[in-house]
Parts: sequence; C-alpha cells; structure tokens
Amino acid sequence: MSGYLDAASAVPLHPAARAALERALAEGWTDPARLYGAARRVRIRLDEARATVARALGAEPEEVSFTASGTQANHLAVLGAAAGRWRAGRRIVAGAVEHSSVLAAADRLANDPAVAVDLIGVDHTGRVDVEAFRAALGPDTALACLQTANHEVGTLQPVEEISPGCAAAGVPLLIDAAQSVGRVPVDVDRLGAGLLTASAHKWGGPPGVGILVVRRGVRWRSPLPSDERENGRVPGAENVPAILAAAAALDARLGEMEAEGTRLRRLVDRIRGTVLDRIPDVEILGDPVRRLPHLVTFSCLYVEGEALLGELDRAGFAVSSGSSCTAATRSPSHVLEAMGALTHGNIRVSLHAGTDDADVDRFLDLLPVAVARLRRIAGADRL
Amino acid sequence: MADLTLDTRGRRCPFPVIELARRIGELAPGDVVAVVSDDAAAGPDIRAWCRLRGQDYVGAEEEPPGAVTYRVRRR
Repeated sequence: MSGYLDAASAVPLHPAARAALERALAEGWTDPARLYGAARRVRIRLDEARATVARALGAEPEEVSFTASGTQANHLAVLGAAAGRWRAGRRIVAGAVEHSSVLAAADRLANDPAVAVDLIGVDHTGRVDVEAFRAALGPDTALACLQTANHEVGTLQPVEEISPGCAAAGVPLLIDAAQSVGRVPVDVDRLGAGLLTASAHKWGGPPGVGILVVRRGVRWRSPLPSDERENGRVPGAENVPAILAAAAALDARLGEMEAEGTRLRRLVDRIRGTVLDRIPDVEILGDPVRRLPHLVTFSCLYVEGEALLGELDRAGFAVSSGSSCTAATRSPSHVLEAMGALTHGNIRVSLHAGTDDADVDRFLDLLPVAVARLRRIAGADRL
Repeated sequence: MADLTLDTRGRRCPFPVIELARRIGELAPGDVVAVVSDDAAAGPDIRAWCRLRGQDYVGAEEEPPGAVTYRVRRR
C-alpha cells in the first residue's frame, strides 16, 4: 500500500510479527491458564512476550498486562487508578488534548457528582500548560493523565517537567504513550510514570493488543469483575498469538527506530516545507521541533476535510482528518478546538517504514492541485 | 446589533467561514457582521479565521434556539 499515510492509526504488520504470528497460530492456541504441557509451553511464551515488552519500556514484567486495545488500556488505567485512590481523592487532572479514551473514562467517573475533572489547556502547538497542570495537582487528586505526544498533531508533551510534581504530590501519573512507543525512546522511570499505556498496531504488531503498565506501589483496583489473568487486571483469555506477534514487532522496531526516525523526520520536513510553499492559506499545526518524527498535520482554509479526504482517496492516498465532516459525531476534533486551530480542511499525514520518497513526491504533486480544485468548486479561490 | 447578518443555518463548515470571508468586504471598518450557524465547527473556525485574517472576533451568543450567533468586527 504505497499511498498509505495513516501510520498514527495503524501500521502494516512488521515482518517479524508476521513470522511470530504464523508460528503462534500453529502452536500458541492452548489456554495459558491450564496446567498441561501444551498450555504451560504457551504460558512460557506469553511470559517471554511480557518480559520483552517490559524490557522495551524499562518496566518489570509483573507490572505489564496485555489488553484488547490501547483504548481498553486507557479505560482500565483511568478507572482502576481512580478506584484504587478512592479514599485519597476524587479529582482527575488531564490534558485537554488527551486521546478520547482517556477523556471518556474520566467522563464516566464524573457521572458521580463527587468527582471533578480538571482539563488543562494547551498552547497553539497543542502543548499542555505546565504551570496550570502543576497548580491543579493537590492532595485530593486521584490521578493525573498526560500523553507523551499528541495523536493528532504530533507535539511532544512536557511529561518530564510534570511528573516530578505528580510524585511530590503523591499523585500517580498515567502516561498514554500510544503514539511514541516504537517511534521515540520510552522509559517508565525516566518519564516518571505511575501507569503507562500503549497500542501494538501503532508499532507494527497486529490490531487487538494494548499494553497497560501499573508500576509497583501504585494503587489500582479492577473496575471489572476480575479473574487470575494478567495479574488480575484484564479478565478473559489472552489473545496469545497476537501478543507474541506484538512483542516480536516491538523488539524488531526498537533496533530500527533511530534510523527510521531520522529518515521519516526528513520526509516530514519536506512535506512541511512544500505544503507551505505551494498551498496558500494553509496552517501547519503542532510544534515544528518538539514533535514525533513521522507525523504532520495541517488545515487548509476554505476546504472541506471530507472532500479533500475523498480526492486523496481516489488518488490512492489514505490519510486522516480531524474536521467535523469526517467525524461520526459531526463535531470537530477536541484537539484542534483546544489549540484554537482551524478545524476544517484538516489532514493528518503519518509515515511508516513502507513510506518512501516516491510516495511523498506523488502526494506533494497531488495535494496542491486537489486543494486548489476544491477551493474553486466552493467559490473560495479568490477570498 | 449587527450591521450585516449572515444566516448560514443548515450549512456545514467551511461554508459559514467562506460566506463570512465573501461578505465582510461589504462592511465599513468598525462595523459588525453576525454569522448565525448551527454547525459545531463554526465557533473554532470563525475564531481561527479572525486570527488568520486579522479581524476582530467580538463574541458569540446562543441564539436563536438551536444555533449560535458569532460577531466579527471588520478592521
């Protein structure tokens, strides 16, 4: 899929994951909770995968649980940490541009009138206000939530500036690292994570595997009826083949991460430059320097996001958009709104290992023509 | 009170912003245009347009029912 430019949603399966998945489908289907030999062998493989993921994140294996998705990991992290600290406090502090799964879980808690959710604002690049975040932390804060990098605009968040304040206040910090794992170094100690979440299909694992890390010493109580699986954190039989493939992909990606990051950063720089040069009235969003290497987002004035997605799709390009016309809810992206950015004509382009110079050239040839055409059709080409 | 009212109800973004850009030239500097919209994206987009085009965003009121009226002053 040479025109696939939506890596921030999911990337193609890494070759290492494909090999591991095929092996695991043949040998790894027995229930790891059982006691016979075939099950114990699968249990060992599952624990090896857990150790691989733990090592990649600087965590202990018993701190790592596999979930069904990054979204489920965030739900369990928010609800479980809040339940574990129910006696300490009822306030949740979160960045205004967190992933919708974090905000939805906080919203659920806020059904209880005793719970208050403080959303901390961001600047025009999408970077959370450090002073406001620190000031919101208090003895009655149950949980603080901050992403490593924004999923829509790629801006890196000042996690390391905020985590010491969380530690000083005794507040566990949930770090949503879904966009960063496999792209930039992620280490739970260095970041100061109390909890950390990630999602395998963003680093080349199969869909349907999320990661929930709960550090030792962090109080966490299952919001679901629990069983013996995943350290009591994620009930139900694990998807072992997908988990083994996810761990193999992560292991392989970490070795490629630096070189690929450099290559993709250069391609993104080229997209940024060409978009600014060749498209009038366009805003490139997010921090130009402190950002993920593989992602760039821009909004084109007077252009309908859905129509632009359609034009690009017909030409074989897959990208995503935060414009309201592309959302099931018909609401604009909460990220773009919090940044004060133009929400229409919005396009997120995110690159992966399979993206080469020719793909980017072709995209950059097409995009200015498509934008000009849509403006002409809307009668907005001379405004 | 507005010197010009653009009722864009029933039209989705970017139409309200395009209409605003198309018609603001009819005003004298200092005059106010009101854009009535029932699209959730109109608020952020009209504010962003004012920033991009150097116009004054005055504010918004939740009226008429089911819509919002945004006011912009021409510089």
